[in-house]
Amino acid sequence: MINAPSPTQSPSTTVPGRLETRGASRSAATLAFAWRTALRIKYVPEQLVDVVAVPLVFTVMFTYLLGGALAGSPSSYLHSLLPGTLVMTLVLLTTFTGTGLRSDLSSGVHDRFQSLPVWRPAPLVGALVGDLGRYLLASSIVFGLGLAMGFRPDGGVGGALAALGLVLVFAHALSWVWIVVGISVRNVSAVNAINIGVQLPLTMASNVFVDPATMPGWLRPIIENNPISFVVTATRGLMHGEAQLSEVLWVLAIAGALLVVFVPLSLYKYRTHRS
Amino acid sequence: MTHPVIHSQGLKKRYGNHKALDGLNLEVPSGGVYALLGPNGAGKTTAVRVLSTLVPPDGGAAHVLGYDLVRDAHTVRSKIALTGQYASVDIDLTGQENLVLIGRLLGLGRAGARRRATEVLERFSLTDAAARQVRTYSGGMRRRLDLAASLIKPPQLLFLDEPTTGLDPRSRIELWTLVRQLVSDGTSVLLTTQYLDEADQLADRIGVLNSGRMVADGTADELKASVGGGSLQVRLLDHEQRDTAAQLLGSQLKAQPHLPPDPAVVEIPVIGSEAANDALTQLHHAGIDIISFSLGQPTLDEVFLSLTGHPTATEELA
Repeated sequence: MINAPSPTQSPSTTVPGRLETRGASRSAATLAFAWRTALRIKYVPEQLVDVVAVPLVFTVMFTYLLGGALAGSPSSYLHSLLPGTLVMTLVLLTTFTGTGLRSDLSSGVHDRFQSLPVWRPAPLVGALVGDLGRYLLASSIVFGLGLAMGFRPDGGVGGALAALGLVLVFAHALSWVWIVVGISVRNVSAVNAINIGVQLPLTMASNVFVDPATMPGWLRPIIENNPISFVVTATRGLMHGEAQLSEVLWVLAIAGALLVVFVPLSLYKYRTHRS
Repeated sequence: MTHPVIHSQGLKKRYGNHKALDGLNLEVPSGGVYALLGPNGAGKTTAVRVLSTLVPPDGGAAHVLGYDLVRDAHTVRSKIALTGQYASVDIDLTGQENLVLIGRLLGLGRAGARRRATEVLERFSLTDAAARQVRTYSGGMRRRLDLAASLIKPPQLLFLDEPTTGLDPRSRIELWTLVRQLVSDGTSVLLTTQYLDEADQLADRIGVLNSGRMVADGTADELKASVGGGSLQVRLLDHEQRDTAAQLLGSQLKAQPHLPPDPAVVEIPVIGSEAANDALTQLHHAGIDIISFSLGQPTLDEVFLSLTGHPTATEELA
Protein backbone atom coordinates (compact mmCIF):
# COMPACT_ATOMS: atom_id res chain seq x y z
CA MET A 1 0.00 0.00 0.00
CA ILE A 2 1.26 3.42 -0.83
CA ASN A 3 0.97 6.23 1.58
CA ALA A 4 3.73 8.42 0.32
CA PRO A 5 2.96 12.04 1.07
CA SER A 6 3.78 12.83 -2.57
CA PRO A 7 1.19 15.42 -3.48
CA THR A 8 0.91 14.31 -7.07
CA GLN A 9 -0.42 10.84 -6.69
CA SER A 10 -0.81 8.03 -4.24
CA PRO A 11 -3.91 6.14 -5.22
CA SER A 12 -4.36 3.39 -2.75
CA THR A 13 -6.65 0.67 -3.89
CA THR A 14 -7.02 -0.66 -0.40
CA VAL A 15 -10.13 0.84 1.01
CA PRO A 16 -11.86 -0.52 4.07
CA GLY A 17 -15.20 -2.22 3.68
CA ARG A 18 -17.72 -1.91 0.88
CA LEU A 19 -15.65 -3.98 -1.45
CA GLU A 20 -18.19 -6.68 -2.00
CA THR A 21 -20.89 -4.44 -3.42
CA ARG A 22 -22.83 -6.08 -6.20
CA GLY A 23 -23.98 -2.75 -7.51
CA ALA A 24 -26.96 -0.53 -6.82
CA SER A 25 -30.52 -1.83 -6.95
CA ARG A 26 -32.54 -1.16 -10.08
CA SER A 27 -34.34 1.77 -8.54
CA ALA A 28 -31.20 3.25 -6.99
CA ALA A 29 -29.36 3.00 -10.31
CA THR A 30 -32.29 4.54 -12.18
CA LEU A 31 -32.46 7.38 -9.69
CA ALA A 32 -28.73 7.97 -9.95
CA PHE A 33 -29.05 8.35 -13.73
CA ALA A 34 -32.07 10.62 -13.30
CA TRP A 35 -29.97 12.74 -10.94
CA ARG A 36 -27.29 12.94 -13.59
CA THR A 37 -29.83 14.17 -16.16
CA ALA A 38 -31.01 16.78 -13.67
CA LEU A 39 -27.42 17.96 -13.21
CA ARG A 40 -27.00 18.22 -16.95
CA ILE A 41 -30.11 20.38 -17.15
CA LYS A 42 -28.67 22.57 -14.43
CA TYR A 43 -25.23 22.91 -16.07
CA VAL A 44 -26.33 23.30 -19.66
CA PRO A 45 -29.44 25.44 -19.31
CA GLU A 46 -28.87 27.04 -22.70
CA GLN A 47 -29.78 23.72 -24.31
CA LEU A 48 -33.24 23.88 -22.79
CA VAL A 49 -33.59 27.57 -23.51
CA ASP A 50 -32.59 27.10 -27.15
CA VAL A 51 -35.38 24.65 -27.70
CA VAL A 52 -38.02 26.35 -25.59
CA ALA A 53 -37.31 29.69 -27.24
CA VAL A 54 -38.78 28.68 -30.59
CA PRO A 55 -42.32 27.95 -29.42
CA LEU A 56 -42.25 30.87 -27.00
CA VAL A 57 -41.21 33.38 -29.62
CA PHE A 58 -43.87 32.01 -31.97
CA THR A 59 -46.43 32.31 -29.21
CA VAL A 60 -45.65 35.93 -28.45
CA MET A 61 -45.30 36.90 -32.08
CA PHE A 62 -48.38 35.13 -33.37
CA THR A 63 -50.53 36.28 -30.47
CA TYR A 64 -49.76 39.94 -30.79
CA LEU A 65 -49.10 40.22 -34.53
CA LEU A 66 -51.70 37.87 -35.91
CA GLY A 67 -53.99 37.06 -33.01
CA GLY A 68 -56.43 39.83 -33.86
CA ALA A 69 -56.68 38.76 -37.47
CA LEU A 70 -56.82 35.05 -36.72
CA ALA A 71 -59.21 34.97 -33.80
CA GLY A 72 -60.68 38.40 -33.38
CA SER A 73 -58.40 39.39 -30.51
CA PRO A 74 -54.97 38.45 -29.17
CA SER A 75 -56.47 37.08 -25.97
CA SER A 76 -58.93 34.76 -27.68
CA TYR A 77 -56.15 33.56 -30.00
CA LEU A 78 -53.89 32.88 -27.01
CA HIS A 79 -56.76 30.94 -25.47
CA SER A 80 -56.44 28.27 -28.16
CA LEU A 81 -52.75 28.74 -28.96
CA LEU A 82 -51.19 28.21 -25.53
CA PRO A 83 -52.18 24.54 -25.14
CA GLY A 84 -50.62 24.07 -28.59
CA THR A 85 -47.48 25.85 -27.45
CA LEU A 86 -47.23 23.41 -24.57
CA VAL A 87 -47.48 20.44 -26.93
CA MET A 88 -45.00 21.90 -29.37
CA THR A 89 -42.50 22.70 -26.64
CA LEU A 90 -42.53 19.27 -25.09
CA VAL A 91 -42.51 17.50 -28.44
CA LEU A 92 -39.41 19.44 -29.52
CA LEU A 93 -37.75 18.69 -26.17
CA THR A 94 -38.05 14.93 -26.69
CA THR A 95 -35.10 15.22 -29.07
CA PHE A 96 -32.84 15.55 -26.03
CA THR A 97 -33.44 11.92 -25.19
CA GLY A 98 -31.77 11.10 -28.49
CA THR A 99 -28.95 13.64 -28.34
CA GLY A 100 -28.13 12.75 -24.73
CA LEU A 101 -27.92 9.06 -25.49
CA ARG A 102 -25.97 9.60 -28.71
CA SER A 103 -23.40 11.78 -27.00
CA ASP A 104 -22.96 9.21 -24.22
CA LEU A 105 -22.54 6.43 -26.75
CA SER A 106 -20.04 8.42 -28.79
CA SER A 107 -18.01 9.75 -25.89
CA GLY A 108 -17.32 6.50 -24.10
CA VAL A 109 -19.15 7.50 -20.91
CA HIS A 110 -21.68 4.91 -21.80
CA ASP A 111 -19.07 2.16 -21.96
CA ARG A 112 -18.18 2.86 -18.39
CA PHE A 113 -21.82 2.67 -17.31
CA GLN A 114 -22.18 -0.65 -19.05
CA SER A 115 -19.09 -2.02 -17.37
CA LEU A 116 -20.66 -1.43 -13.95
CA PRO A 117 -22.71 -4.09 -12.20
CA VAL A 118 -26.02 -2.30 -12.67
CA TRP A 119 -29.32 -3.13 -14.33
CA ARG A 120 -28.63 -2.89 -18.07
CA PRO A 121 -31.43 -0.50 -19.11
CA ALA A 122 -30.85 1.78 -16.09
CA PRO A 123 -29.06 4.48 -18.12
CA LEU A 124 -32.02 4.65 -20.51
CA VAL A 125 -34.74 4.51 -17.92
CA GLY A 126 -32.95 6.94 -15.59
CA ALA A 127 -32.48 9.42 -18.43
CA LEU A 128 -36.19 9.15 -19.30
CA VAL A 129 -37.10 9.88 -15.69
CA GLY A 130 -34.75 12.85 -15.75
CA ASP A 131 -36.33 13.97 -19.02
CA LEU A 132 -39.69 14.19 -17.25
CA GLY A 133 -38.05 16.79 -15.02
CA ARG A 134 -36.99 18.68 -18.13
CA TYR A 135 -40.54 18.56 -19.50
CA LEU A 136 -41.96 19.84 -16.21
CA LEU A 137 -39.49 22.67 -16.11
CA ALA A 138 -40.28 23.67 -19.69
CA SER A 139 -44.02 23.38 -19.00
CA SER A 140 -43.76 25.78 -16.10
CA ILE A 141 -42.00 28.25 -18.39
CA VAL A 142 -44.79 27.92 -20.96
CA PHE A 143 -47.49 28.32 -18.33
CA GLY A 144 -45.62 31.22 -16.76
CA LEU A 145 -45.44 33.05 -20.06
CA GLY A 146 -49.08 32.22 -20.82
CA LEU A 147 -50.29 33.51 -17.47
CA ALA A 148 -48.24 36.66 -17.87
CA MET A 149 -49.82 37.24 -21.29
CA GLY A 150 -53.29 36.76 -19.85
CA PHE A 151 -53.96 33.11 -20.58
CA ARG A 152 -56.52 31.54 -18.24
CA PRO A 153 -57.48 27.85 -18.60
CA ASP A 154 -61.26 27.45 -18.48
CA GLY A 155 -60.77 24.03 -16.97
CA GLY A 156 -59.00 25.60 -13.99
CA VAL A 157 -56.03 24.05 -12.23
CA GLY A 158 -57.53 20.58 -12.62
CA GLY A 159 -57.95 21.03 -16.36
CA ALA A 160 -54.43 22.42 -16.75
CA LEU A 161 -52.95 19.51 -14.79
CA ALA A 162 -54.92 16.95 -16.80
CA ALA A 163 -53.71 18.59 -20.02
CA LEU A 164 -50.14 18.60 -18.74
CA GLY A 165 -50.42 14.94 -17.75
CA LEU A 166 -51.61 13.98 -21.20
CA VAL A 167 -48.80 15.87 -22.95
CA LEU A 168 -46.26 14.27 -20.62
CA VAL A 169 -47.55 10.81 -21.51
CA PHE A 170 -47.25 11.60 -25.20
CA ALA A 171 -43.80 13.20 -24.83
CA HIS A 172 -42.58 10.20 -22.87
CA ALA A 173 -43.80 7.82 -25.56
CA LEU A 174 -42.15 9.96 -28.23
CA SER A 175 -38.89 9.90 -26.26
CA TRP A 176 -38.57 6.20 -26.97
CA VAL A 177 -38.54 6.96 -30.67
CA TRP A 178 -35.56 9.21 -30.04
CA ILE A 179 -33.77 6.42 -28.21
CA VAL A 180 -33.94 4.37 -31.39
CA VAL A 181 -32.75 7.38 -33.39
CA GLY A 182 -29.95 8.07 -30.91
CA ILE A 183 -28.66 4.51 -31.14
CA SER A 184 -29.03 4.33 -34.92
CA VAL A 185 -27.35 7.48 -36.16
CA ARG A 186 -23.70 8.38 -36.09
CA ASN A 187 -23.51 11.61 -34.17
CA VAL A 188 -25.40 14.24 -32.25
CA SER A 189 -25.80 16.56 -35.22
CA ALA A 190 -27.57 13.80 -37.13
CA VAL A 191 -30.05 13.51 -34.26
CA ASN A 192 -30.62 17.25 -34.39
CA ALA A 193 -30.98 17.17 -38.15
CA ILE A 194 -33.84 14.69 -37.82
CA ASN A 195 -35.48 16.99 -35.31
CA ILE A 196 -35.20 19.99 -37.62
CA GLY A 197 -35.98 18.06 -40.78
CA VAL A 198 -38.82 15.87 -39.60
CA GLN A 199 -40.13 16.66 -36.17
CA LEU A 200 -40.24 20.44 -36.42
CA PRO A 201 -42.15 20.50 -39.74
CA LEU A 202 -44.47 17.81 -38.43
CA THR A 203 -45.19 19.92 -35.39
CA MET A 204 -45.76 23.06 -37.44
CA ALA A 205 -48.02 21.24 -39.90
CA SER A 206 -50.63 20.66 -37.23
CA ASN A 207 -53.48 22.60 -35.74
CA VAL A 208 -51.20 24.32 -33.19
CA PHE A 209 -51.44 27.72 -34.83
CA VAL A 210 -54.48 27.73 -37.06
CA ASP A 211 -57.80 25.89 -37.33
CA PRO A 212 -57.49 23.48 -40.28
CA ALA A 213 -61.05 24.47 -41.29
CA THR A 214 -59.48 27.60 -42.78
CA MET A 215 -57.04 25.64 -44.94
CA PRO A 216 -57.39 24.51 -48.57
CA GLY A 217 -59.29 21.27 -49.00
CA TRP A 218 -56.33 19.14 -50.10
CA LEU A 219 -54.34 20.16 -47.04
CA ARG A 220 -57.00 19.66 -44.39
CA PRO A 221 -56.92 15.87 -44.14
CA ILE A 222 -53.13 15.95 -43.86
CA ILE A 223 -53.20 18.45 -41.03
CA GLU A 224 -56.12 16.83 -39.27
CA ASN A 225 -54.56 13.37 -39.34
CA ASN A 226 -51.21 14.53 -38.10
CA PRO A 227 -50.79 12.79 -34.71
CA ILE A 228 -49.63 16.10 -33.24
CA SER A 229 -53.03 17.58 -34.10
CA PHE A 230 -54.73 14.87 -32.06
CA VAL A 231 -52.54 15.73 -29.09
CA VAL A 232 -53.19 19.45 -29.49
CA THR A 233 -56.96 18.98 -29.76
CA ALA A 234 -57.15 16.82 -26.64
CA THR A 235 -54.83 19.11 -24.69
CA ARG A 236 -56.88 22.15 -25.62
CA GLY A 237 -60.03 20.30 -24.62
CA LEU A 238 -58.67 19.25 -21.23
CA MET A 239 -57.20 22.65 -20.52
CA HIS A 240 -60.54 24.32 -21.12
CA GLY A 241 -62.70 21.60 -19.58
CA GLU A 242 -64.40 20.62 -22.82
CA ALA A 243 -62.49 17.52 -23.91
CA GLN A 244 -64.30 14.59 -25.47
CA LEU A 245 -63.36 11.22 -24.06
CA SER A 246 -62.62 9.97 -27.57
CA GLU A 247 -60.11 12.79 -28.15
CA VAL A 248 -58.17 11.77 -25.06
CA LEU A 249 -58.38 8.09 -25.91
CA TRP A 250 -56.98 8.79 -29.37
CA VAL A 251 -53.90 10.36 -27.84
CA LEU A 252 -53.47 7.51 -25.40
CA ALA A 253 -53.80 5.08 -28.27
CA ILE A 254 -51.14 6.89 -30.29
CA ALA A 255 -48.84 6.98 -27.27
CA GLY A 256 -49.55 3.31 -26.60
CA ALA A 257 -48.76 2.41 -30.20
CA LEU A 258 -45.46 4.28 -30.02
CA LEU A 259 -44.58 2.47 -26.80
CA VAL A 260 -45.54 -0.94 -28.13
CA VAL A 261 -43.30 -0.50 -31.14
CA PHE A 262 -40.43 1.55 -29.80
CA VAL A 263 -39.84 0.21 -26.29
CA PRO A 264 -38.97 -3.30 -27.47
CA LEU A 265 -37.14 -1.90 -30.48
CA SER A 266 -35.12 0.46 -28.26
CA LEU A 267 -34.20 -2.30 -25.85
CA TYR A 268 -33.26 -4.60 -28.68
CA LYS A 269 -31.11 -1.99 -30.41
CA TYR A 270 -29.63 -1.01 -27.07
CA ARG A 271 -28.59 -4.58 -26.33
CA THR A 272 -27.01 -5.09 -29.71
CA HIS A 273 -25.55 -1.70 -30.56
CA ARG A 274 -21.88 -1.46 -31.34
CA SER A 275 -21.01 1.95 -29.97
CA MET B 1 0.19 -20.80 -8.79
CA THR B 2 -2.78 -18.46 -9.01
CA HIS B 3 -5.41 -18.69 -11.69
CA PRO B 4 -5.09 -16.43 -14.69
CA VAL B 5 -7.30 -13.33 -14.50
CA ILE B 6 -8.26 -13.79 -18.12
CA HIS B 7 -8.43 -17.01 -20.00
CA SER B 8 -10.00 -16.99 -23.43
CA GLN B 9 -10.22 -19.61 -26.11
CA GLY B 10 -11.20 -19.05 -29.69
CA LEU B 11 -12.99 -15.80 -28.89
CA LYS B 12 -14.80 -14.44 -31.93
CA LYS B 13 -16.54 -11.21 -32.66
CA ARG B 14 -17.62 -10.05 -36.05
CA TYR B 15 -19.06 -6.74 -37.12
CA GLY B 16 -20.77 -7.22 -40.45
CA ASN B 17 -18.19 -8.84 -42.67
CA HIS B 18 -15.30 -7.71 -40.56
CA LYS B 19 -13.85 -10.29 -38.19
CA ALA B 20 -12.75 -8.06 -35.33
CA LEU B 21 -11.76 -11.05 -33.22
CA ASP B 22 -10.89 -14.16 -35.12
CA GLY B 23 -10.33 -16.82 -32.50
CA LEU B 24 -8.51 -14.96 -29.77
CA ASN B 25 -6.62 -17.13 -27.29
CA LEU B 26 -5.48 -15.03 -24.41
CA GLU B 27 -4.08 -15.94 -21.05
CA VAL B 28 -3.40 -13.08 -18.66
CA PRO B 29 -1.67 -14.05 -15.43
CA SER B 30 -2.74 -12.58 -12.13
CA GLY B 31 -0.90 -9.46 -10.99
CA GLY B 32 1.12 -7.07 -13.09
CA VAL B 33 0.42 -5.39 -16.38
CA TYR B 34 -0.44 -7.23 -19.55
CA ALA B 35 -0.22 -5.17 -22.71
CA LEU B 36 -2.19 -5.98 -25.83
CA LEU B 37 -0.16 -4.49 -28.59
CA GLY B 38 -1.23 -4.13 -32.16
CA PRO B 39 -1.72 -1.79 -35.08
CA ASN B 40 -4.98 0.09 -35.58
CA GLY B 41 -7.75 -2.31 -36.46
CA ALA B 42 -5.97 -5.30 -34.95
CA GLY B 43 -8.88 -5.93 -32.60
CA LYS B 44 -7.46 -4.48 -29.40
CA THR B 45 -10.49 -2.38 -28.54
CA THR B 46 -12.88 -5.16 -29.50
CA ALA B 47 -10.94 -7.52 -27.24
CA VAL B 48 -11.36 -5.09 -24.35
CA ARG B 49 -15.04 -4.51 -25.12
CA VAL B 50 -15.75 -8.22 -25.20
CA LEU B 51 -13.64 -9.10 -22.16
CA SER B 52 -15.14 -6.30 -20.09
CA THR B 53 -18.65 -7.60 -20.96
CA LEU B 54 -19.69 -4.57 -23.02
CA VAL B 55 -20.49 -6.73 -26.00
CA PRO B 56 -21.05 -10.48 -26.05
CA PRO B 57 -18.70 -12.62 -28.13
CA ASP B 58 -20.09 -14.42 -31.18
CA GLY B 59 -18.10 -17.54 -30.46
CA GLY B 60 -15.48 -19.07 -28.23
CA ALA B 61 -15.32 -18.90 -24.47
CA ALA B 62 -13.64 -16.78 -21.86
CA HIS B 63 -13.30 -16.68 -18.13
CA VAL B 64 -12.52 -13.46 -16.38
CA LEU B 65 -11.38 -13.79 -12.77
CA GLY B 66 -12.69 -17.32 -12.94
CA TYR B 67 -16.21 -16.37 -14.04
CA ASP B 68 -17.78 -17.13 -17.35
CA LEU B 69 -17.86 -13.99 -19.44
CA VAL B 70 -21.37 -14.54 -20.71
CA ARG B 71 -23.14 -16.52 -18.01
CA ASP B 72 -21.71 -14.62 -15.05
CA ALA B 73 -21.40 -11.23 -16.74
CA HIS B 74 -22.87 -9.40 -13.77
CA THR B 75 -20.38 -10.95 -11.36
CA VAL B 76 -17.54 -10.13 -13.73
CA ARG B 77 -18.72 -6.50 -13.82
CA SER B 78 -18.69 -6.32 -10.05
CA LYS B 79 -14.98 -7.17 -10.03
CA ILE B 80 -13.57 -5.27 -12.97
CA ALA B 81 -13.30 -1.64 -14.01
CA LEU B 82 -12.89 -0.13 -17.44
CA THR B 83 -11.30 3.06 -18.58
CA GLY B 84 -12.21 3.43 -22.21
CA GLN B 85 -10.32 4.82 -25.13
CA TYR B 86 -11.81 8.27 -24.82
CA ALA B 87 -12.08 9.77 -21.39
CA SER B 88 -15.19 8.02 -20.15
CA VAL B 89 -16.47 10.74 -17.88
CA ASP B 90 -19.29 13.25 -18.27
CA ILE B 91 -17.70 16.54 -19.19
CA ASP B 92 -20.77 18.56 -18.24
CA LEU B 93 -20.62 17.41 -14.64
CA THR B 94 -17.99 18.31 -12.08
CA GLY B 95 -15.25 15.86 -11.19
CA GLN B 96 -16.87 15.27 -7.83
CA GLU B 97 -20.29 14.59 -9.36
CA ASN B 98 -18.83 12.12 -11.82
CA LEU B 99 -17.34 10.09 -9.03
CA VAL B 100 -20.44 10.35 -6.84
CA LEU B 101 -22.48 9.03 -9.76
CA ILE B 102 -20.23 6.00 -10.10
CA GLY B 103 -20.33 5.44 -6.35
CA ARG B 104 -24.12 5.58 -6.32
CA LEU B 105 -24.30 3.16 -9.22
CA LEU B 106 -22.03 0.81 -7.33
CA GLY B 107 -24.47 0.89 -4.45
CA LEU B 108 -22.52 2.97 -1.95
CA GLY B 109 -25.54 5.15 -1.19
CA ARG B 110 -25.52 8.93 -1.44
CA ALA B 111 -23.48 9.66 1.66
CA GLY B 112 -21.13 6.75 1.06
CA ALA B 113 -20.61 7.76 -2.55
CA ARG B 114 -19.82 11.33 -1.55
CA ARG B 115 -17.34 10.22 1.07
CA ARG B 116 -15.62 7.84 -1.30
CA ALA B 117 -15.49 10.44 -4.08
CA THR B 118 -13.80 12.94 -1.80
CA GLU B 119 -11.27 10.33 -0.76
CA VAL B 120 -10.41 9.27 -4.30
CA LEU B 121 -10.23 12.87 -5.56
CA GLU B 122 -7.73 13.55 -2.80
CA ARG B 123 -5.61 10.56 -3.77
CA PHE B 124 -5.54 11.69 -7.38
CA SER B 125 -4.72 15.30 -6.52
CA LEU B 126 -7.98 16.51 -7.99
CA THR B 127 -9.41 18.03 -4.84
CA ASP B 128 -8.89 21.58 -6.07
CA ALA B 129 -10.66 20.82 -9.32
CA ALA B 130 -13.40 18.71 -7.73
CA ALA B 131 -16.10 21.36 -8.02
CA ARG B 132 -15.24 22.33 -11.59
CA GLN B 133 -16.95 20.97 -14.67
CA VAL B 134 -14.78 18.36 -16.33
CA ARG B 135 -14.88 20.30 -19.61
CA THR B 136 -12.45 22.74 -18.01
CA TYR B 137 -9.93 19.99 -17.20
CA SER B 138 -6.72 19.39 -19.13
CA GLY B 139 -6.31 16.10 -20.99
CA GLY B 140 -4.11 14.73 -18.25
CA MET B 141 -6.59 15.69 -15.52
CA ARG B 142 -9.43 14.03 -17.42
CA ARG B 143 -7.45 10.86 -17.68
CA ARG B 144 -6.68 11.00 -13.97
CA LEU B 145 -10.36 11.47 -13.18
CA ASP B 146 -11.14 8.64 -15.52
CA LEU B 147 -8.78 6.37 -13.67
CA ALA B 148 -10.15 7.64 -10.36
CA ALA B 149 -13.63 6.63 -11.51
CA SER B 150 -12.32 3.13 -12.06
CA LEU B 151 -11.07 3.01 -8.50
CA ILE B 152 -14.19 4.12 -6.68
CA LYS B 153 -14.48 0.48 -5.97
CA PRO B 154 -11.00 -0.99 -6.37
CA PRO B 155 -11.27 -3.62 -9.08
CA GLN B 156 -9.40 -6.88 -9.17
CA LEU B 157 -8.84 -6.36 -12.86
CA LEU B 158 -8.59 -3.01 -14.57
CA PHE B 159 -8.97 -2.57 -18.32
CA LEU B 160 -7.25 0.43 -19.83
CA ASP B 161 -7.94 0.99 -23.50
CA GLU B 162 -5.16 3.10 -24.97
CA PRO B 163 -4.77 5.04 -21.74
CA THR B 164 -2.19 7.51 -22.97
CA THR B 165 -3.34 8.17 -26.52
CA GLY B 166 -3.44 11.92 -26.99
CA LEU B 167 -1.64 12.76 -23.77
CA ASP B 168 1.42 14.97 -23.60
CA PRO B 169 4.64 13.25 -22.51
CA ARG B 170 4.44 14.52 -18.94
CA SER B 171 0.87 13.34 -18.38
CA ARG B 172 1.83 10.09 -19.96
CA ILE B 173 4.60 9.44 -17.50
CA GLU B 174 2.30 10.53 -14.68
CA LEU B 175 -0.25 7.97 -15.80
CA TRP B 176 2.38 5.26 -16.01
CA THR B 177 3.32 6.01 -12.41
CA LEU B 178 -0.30 5.68 -11.37
CA VAL B 179 -0.63 2.37 -13.13
CA ARG B 180 2.53 1.04 -11.50
CA GLN B 181 1.20 2.04 -8.10
CA LEU B 182 -2.07 0.24 -8.75
CA VAL B 183 -0.19 -2.86 -9.69
CA SER B 184 1.93 -2.71 -6.57
CA ASP B 185 -1.34 -2.60 -4.63
CA GLY B 186 -2.31 -5.87 -6.22
CA THR B 187 -4.53 -4.89 -9.14
CA SER B 188 -4.09 -6.77 -12.39
CA VAL B 189 -4.11 -4.49 -15.42
CA LEU B 190 -4.86 -5.26 -19.04
CA LEU B 191 -3.99 -2.36 -21.26
CA THR B 192 -4.03 -1.87 -24.98
CA THR B 193 -1.55 0.31 -26.68
CA GLN B 194 -0.10 0.99 -30.05
CA TYR B 195 3.03 2.46 -28.51
CA LEU B 196 5.84 0.00 -28.16
CA ASP B 197 7.68 2.04 -25.60
CA GLU B 198 4.57 1.99 -23.43
CA ALA B 199 4.44 -1.77 -23.56
CA ASP B 200 8.18 -1.97 -23.01
CA GLN B 201 8.05 0.38 -20.02
CA LEU B 202 4.95 -0.81 -18.32
CA ALA B 203 4.09 -4.35 -19.20
CA ASP B 204 5.20 -7.54 -17.55
CA ARG B 205 3.86 -9.48 -20.47
CA ILE B 206 2.94 -8.45 -23.97
CA GLY B 207 0.52 -10.02 -26.37
CA VAL B 208 0.84 -9.00 -29.98
CA LEU B 209 -2.46 -8.86 -31.78
CA ASN B 210 -2.94 -8.79 -35.52
CA SER B 211 -6.18 -9.22 -37.48
CA GLY B 212 -8.05 -10.40 -34.42
CA ARG B 213 -5.59 -13.09 -33.40
CA MET B 214 -2.65 -13.39 -31.07
CA VAL B 215 0.52 -13.64 -33.06
CA ALA B 216 2.92 -13.69 -30.13
CA ASP B 217 2.87 -13.57 -26.37
CA GLY B 218 5.62 -13.23 -23.83
CA THR B 219 7.78 -10.83 -21.89
CA ALA B 220 9.41 -8.01 -23.83
CA ASP B 221 12.73 -9.88 -23.65
CA GLU B 222 11.23 -13.11 -24.87
CA LEU B 223 9.61 -11.37 -27.79
CA LYS B 224 12.83 -9.66 -28.70
CA ALA B 225 14.73 -12.92 -28.46
CA SER B 226 12.14 -14.60 -30.67
CA VAL B 227 13.08 -12.52 -33.70
CA GLY B 228 16.61 -13.78 -33.35
CA GLY B 229 19.82 -11.73 -33.32
CA GLY B 230 20.17 -8.10 -32.77
CA SER B 231 20.68 -5.25 -35.07
CA LEU B 232 23.65 -3.25 -36.15
CA GLN B 233 23.21 0.45 -36.38
CA VAL B 234 25.78 2.50 -38.23
CA ARG B 235 25.99 6.26 -38.36
CA LEU B 236 27.87 7.55 -41.41
CA LEU B 237 30.03 10.61 -41.66
CA ASP B 238 28.67 11.40 -45.11
CA HIS B 239 25.04 10.59 -45.61
CA GLU B 240 25.45 10.68 -49.39
CA GLN B 241 27.12 7.31 -48.95
CA ARG B 242 24.13 5.77 -47.24
CA ASP B 243 22.86 3.84 -50.22
CA THR B 244 26.27 2.39 -51.00
CA ALA B 245 26.72 1.47 -47.37
CA ALA B 246 23.29 -0.14 -47.18
CA GLN B 247 23.99 -2.17 -50.29
CA LEU B 248 27.33 -3.30 -49.02
CA LEU B 249 26.00 -4.26 -45.60
CA GLY B 250 23.09 -6.02 -47.19
CA SER B 251 25.20 -8.25 -49.38
CA GLN B 252 27.72 -8.85 -46.62
CA LEU B 253 25.19 -9.81 -43.97
CA LYS B 254 22.58 -11.28 -46.31
CA ALA B 255 19.84 -9.29 -44.74
CA GLN B 256 17.52 -6.44 -45.62
CA PRO B 257 18.93 -3.13 -44.43
CA HIS B 258 16.51 -0.66 -42.90
CA LEU B 259 16.77 3.06 -43.56
CA PRO B 260 15.33 5.04 -40.67
CA PRO B 261 14.26 8.69 -41.03
CA ASP B 262 17.70 9.86 -39.89
CA PRO B 263 19.54 10.22 -43.24
CA ALA B 264 22.94 9.23 -41.86
CA VAL B 265 21.87 5.96 -40.29
CA VAL B 266 21.64 2.43 -41.62
CA GLU B 267 20.22 -0.40 -39.57
CA ILE B 268 20.50 -4.06 -40.37
CA PRO B 269 19.73 -7.28 -38.55
CA VAL B 270 22.80 -9.23 -37.61
CA ILE B 271 23.54 -12.41 -35.74
CA GLY B 272 26.67 -12.35 -33.62
CA SER B 273 29.33 -9.69 -33.14
CA GLU B 274 31.80 -11.41 -35.44
CA ALA B 275 29.63 -10.89 -38.50
CA ALA B 276 29.09 -7.34 -37.44
CA ASN B 277 32.81 -6.82 -37.12
CA ASP B 278 33.44 -8.15 -40.60
CA ALA B 279 30.78 -5.96 -42.03
CA LEU B 280 32.29 -2.87 -40.46
CA THR B 281 35.65 -3.78 -41.85
CA GLN B 282 34.12 -4.03 -45.30
CA LEU B 283 32.74 -0.53 -44.94
CA HIS B 284 36.18 0.71 -43.97
CA HIS B 285 37.73 -0.93 -47.04
CA ALA B 286 35.14 0.65 -49.25
CA GLY B 287 36.15 4.07 -47.95
CA ILE B 288 32.98 4.72 -46.04
CA ASP B 289 33.69 6.51 -42.79
CA ILE B 290 31.48 5.93 -39.82
CA ILE B 291 31.00 8.19 -36.82
CA SER B 292 29.56 5.57 -34.52
CA PHE B 293 27.99 2.17 -34.49
CA SER B 294 26.03 0.13 -32.04
CA LEU B 295 25.09 -3.48 -31.79
CA GLY B 296 21.93 -4.08 -29.86
CA GLN B 297 19.02 -6.26 -29.04
CA PRO B 298 16.23 -5.86 -31.51
CA THR B 299 13.73 -3.21 -30.52
CA LEU B 300 10.11 -4.13 -29.99
CA ASP B 301 9.57 -2.19 -33.18
CA GLU B 302 11.48 -4.80 -35.11
CA VAL B 303 9.65 -7.56 -33.29
CA PHE B 304 6.42 -5.96 -34.25
CA LEU B 305 7.38 -5.48 -37.85
CA SER B 306 8.52 -9.05 -38.21
CA LEU B 307 5.38 -10.41 -36.54
CA THR B 308 2.71 -8.33 -38.16
CA GLY B 309 4.27 -6.92 -41.26
CA HIS B 310 3.10 -3.46 -40.18
CA PRO B 311 5.24 -0.72 -38.78
CA THR B 312 3.80 0.64 -35.57
CA ALA B 313 2.29 3.95 -34.67
CA THR B 314 5.63 5.35 -33.59
CA GLU B 315 6.65 5.96 -37.18
CA GLU B 316 3.47 7.75 -38.07
CA LEU B 317 3.98 10.00 -35.09
CA ALA B 318 7.61 10.71 -35.83
